[in-house]
Amino acid sequence: MDISKLSLVELRAMLRRGEISSVAATEAMLDRIVDVDNDLQSYLTLTDELALEQAQAADTRLANGDSTPLLGVPVAVKDIICTEGVPTTAGSKILEGFVPPYDAFVVQKLKAAGAVILGKTNTDEFAMGSSTENSAYVTTRNPWDHERVPGGSSGGSAAAVAAGLAYAALGTDTGGSVRQPASFCGIAGLRPTYGRISRWGVIAFASTLDQVGTFGRTVADTTALFQAIAGHDPNDSTSLNVPVPNFEAALTGDIKGLRVGVPKEYFIEGIDAEVETAVRRAIAKLEELGAEIVEISLPHTSYALPVYYLIAPAEASANLARYDGIRFGPRVTGSDMIDSVKKTRALFGPEVKRRIMLGTYALSAGYYDEYYGRALKVRTLLKQDFLNAFEKVDVIATPTSPTTAFKIGENVDDPLAMYLQDIFTLSVNLSASCGLSVPCGFDSKGLPIGLQLIGNALQEATILNAAYAYEQFASWHKQLPVHGKL
Amino acid sequence: MEYALRVALALNCTINHHNIFARKNYFYPDLPKGYQISQYELPLGVNGWLDVELESGETKRIGIRRVHMEEDTGKLTHQDDGTSLVDYNRAGVPLLEIVTEPDIRSGEEARAYAMKVRQILRYLGVNSGDMEKGVLRVEPNISIRPVGTAKFGTRTELKNLNSFRVLADGTAFEIARQTAVLQSGGTVIQETRGWHEGRRETFSQRTKEEAEDYRYFPEPDLPPLHLDDAFVEQVRASLPELPDTKIARYMAEYELSEYDARVLAEERLVGEWFDTAVSKANAAGTTPKSVANWMINELFRLMNEAKLNIDAIQVTPTALVELIGLVEKQTINNNTAKEVLAEMFATGTAPAQIVESKGLAQISDNTAIQAIIDQVLADNPEQVSRYLEGQDKLRGFFVGQVMRQTKGKANPALVNQLLDAALNA
Repeated sequence: MDISKLSLVELRAMLRRGEISSVAATEAMLDRIVDVDNDLQSYLTLTDELALEQAQAADTRLANGDSTPLLGVPVAVKDIICTEGVPTTAGSKILEGFVPPYDAFVVQKLKAAGAVILGKTNTDEFAMGSSTENSAYVTTRNPWDHERVPGGSSGGSAAAVAAGLAYAALGTDTGGSVRQPASFCGIAGLRPTYGRISRWGVIAFASTLDQVGTFGRTVADTTALFQAIAGHDPNDSTSLNVPVPNFEAALTGDIKGLRVGVPKEYFIEGIDAEVETAVRRAIAKLEELGAEIVEISLPHTSYALPVYYLIAPAEASANLARYDGIRFGPRVTGSDMIDSVKKTRALFGPEVKRRIMLGTYALSAGYYDEYYGRALKVRTLLKQDFLNAFEKVDVIATPTSPTTAFKIGENVDDPLAMYLQDIFTLSVNLSASCGLSVPCGFDSKGLPIGLQLIGNALQEATILNAAYAYEQFASWHKQLPVHGKL
Repeated sequence: MEYALRVALALNCTINHHNIFARKNYFYPDLPKGYQISQYELPLGVNGWLDVELESGETKRIGIRRVHMEEDTGKLTHQDDGTSLVDYNRAGVPLLEIVTEPDIRSGEEARAYAMKVRQILRYLGVNSGDMEKGVLRVEPNISIRPVGTAKFGTRTELKNLNSFRVLADGTAFEIARQTAVLQSGGTVIQETRGWHEGRRETFSQRTKEEAEDYRYFPEPDLPPLHLDDAFVEQVRASLPELPDTKIARYMAEYELSEYDARVLAEERLVGEWFDTAVSKANAAGTTPKSVANWMINELFRLMNEAKLNIDAIQVTPTALVELIGLVEKQTINNNTAKEVLAEMFATGTAPAQIVESKGLAQISDNTAIQAIIDQVLADNPEQVSRYLEGQDKLRGFFVGQVMRQTKGKANPALVNQLLDAALNA
């Protein structure tokens, strides 16, 4: 048996039955990371000693019949989420050497759930990007084709899960940063409703859009990790104080009568033909499973990209103002304080600088109304589109990304082409809906294609169950990337 | 927010139920985040007012433009060697800003206004009002204009004023300085100025050469906060009686002088102590006015000597009223009562118990006092003859002798009455 090929749910059952130890599973992951990750570059920091300690402690508890939800399960955490005593860089040189003195709320929840934390995964700098090429440290490779990107910004987590270097992983999704890499890497990735998961201790990019999400090789694995971290946190004023349903129990596979909306604005010119075919075939399968397919319209879709690229950079320009070399990370000493701050802030990468400038401009006197203010208004219209749609349907089905994984370097000189990667995912963040990506096939190059399912606010159980039903039927998740390609 | 709402209500503001927080972006080392969370477009309270008593005795109404929440910044200390220190301990702590209309005309008015605000903050239990600790900071914005013109001149802002006296002096200095600058044909520069205590003058701290662009936008980490009517009314109902109302009530219901009413209402705890005592005064056979006199003349003296606040003393309102009742019933006389109060203050013992254990009850027995008077007159025949020859002053000598014999417990009115009868017999 290859331990690394087990799903999280399978591993959990075996741990509880005493058929495998957490130490064995953790060592299998660490060994495989040593074998594979020099090429893949999915982790920025390994916490192997800590992981083995956690695994040993988990084994003792498992032996006593403890059935804490994720007890002994090795997982990975995106390096934009604070971990006590473990370096957290947000993929940026400006946070090189920063060691948080506390755990993010989601990491506290992971630890409380008994998970073993293997390490911190690569990300585009401050989660700004769609390929991990904006990471100041490394570019992660796609496990299906090492010439290609894994998607981003949570590309490190997606690649690690796809390649069997973690049973599940945390990412963050501000405009598609969980769903698009899940699509590129052929795994399941969930972006929950804004406020479902605390942002406390998650390094902020765009505060009204950021949300922690989860990756798993299967929908059930993704759901198990999501179940463990969801819940109210009084330290985050935007955290919703609502009951957390039993999402795992909601995975019945029964979608008879589910109303699935297909927005015409999402099948546009420029979409890869193989992607469109695979997604339409997946929608047809949902119908076979008993769903009712309804054509719908989300008329403001074309405004999502400009609205996003005004709101997210504006919030980022303020959120990133604190990185001045005085309190966190390295400091470049200049002739005086202002000079030191200027020189230190030169440590930001080009994409981050671009967005800080975009955002600062959009908020400045005389331009606020024209740019930021107008973007807020259009955002309201976008939200209304979704609310109108969810009066007619339960789930909206679209492609996750217009293309499959692109080649490393292909889009680096063209920010706009890179931004278009998120064209189908952005609206979920802007409208406070929830969304996920589930594998729906491969293109002729053997690259995974993702189906996006979008649900109304707090309806994660609905989209997870729809994805689960489809996954059982289609079984794309049973195909794994071949290590030899790396 | 509840504290802020209390203040806004106490300052007679119109309340904005829909509260939006904004980010104010600027780079300065006192901000650890690079922005300050503040209320910008919709402050919690607007269009309020506060009546302030000036030294002249007149009352002036100062307009309150806005009351809003923000977060405090770090404290900068500029050192003589040109370096600056930043203390971040207070950064991020909720802060309430109260902005007046341009209604204040002098340093003394500024001081009177600030002291009245502090009194209300203390009444509301929102703030200790300690300017030296910086928990209450007053930053006057000062400008000068020719009499009769409507347009305000360029203003300067004074910061780091650590007492009410410095507030008054600094404001007065700045008025004089700007007047001199303008009269000599100069122009006032818009700037922040500090107060140099040694030289007793203001000095330039920071000049705003151009209007800063704060790039305000809605704070994305704090959702809009809606205060519903029920909550606002609940907070309004929970407000304590405020000083002005208390003073008016004391004057109208208890016939206290304005001075006495003000003294008793100065601090909320004193006022409440007095109110408690008054509530028991009738049953003890005394009046609010007597209670007020005893507090102001005797109790406050003892408190001053012992340097104790009213919440730290052993005398309870009930005990004081009982003591006054003993005087009213002529069980003890005034002077004895003062001694008893001192004993109560020192030990917390009930007045009746002190009177009992020390045998201080007043002698109001005619026969007993008559016997002592007879004895005193018999023992001092020479003084009796001199009195009868016209040395009226000796009457006091006889009273003193009687009091000495009775250790001060004789009912003075009775002594006078019986002594006159005996001497004039």
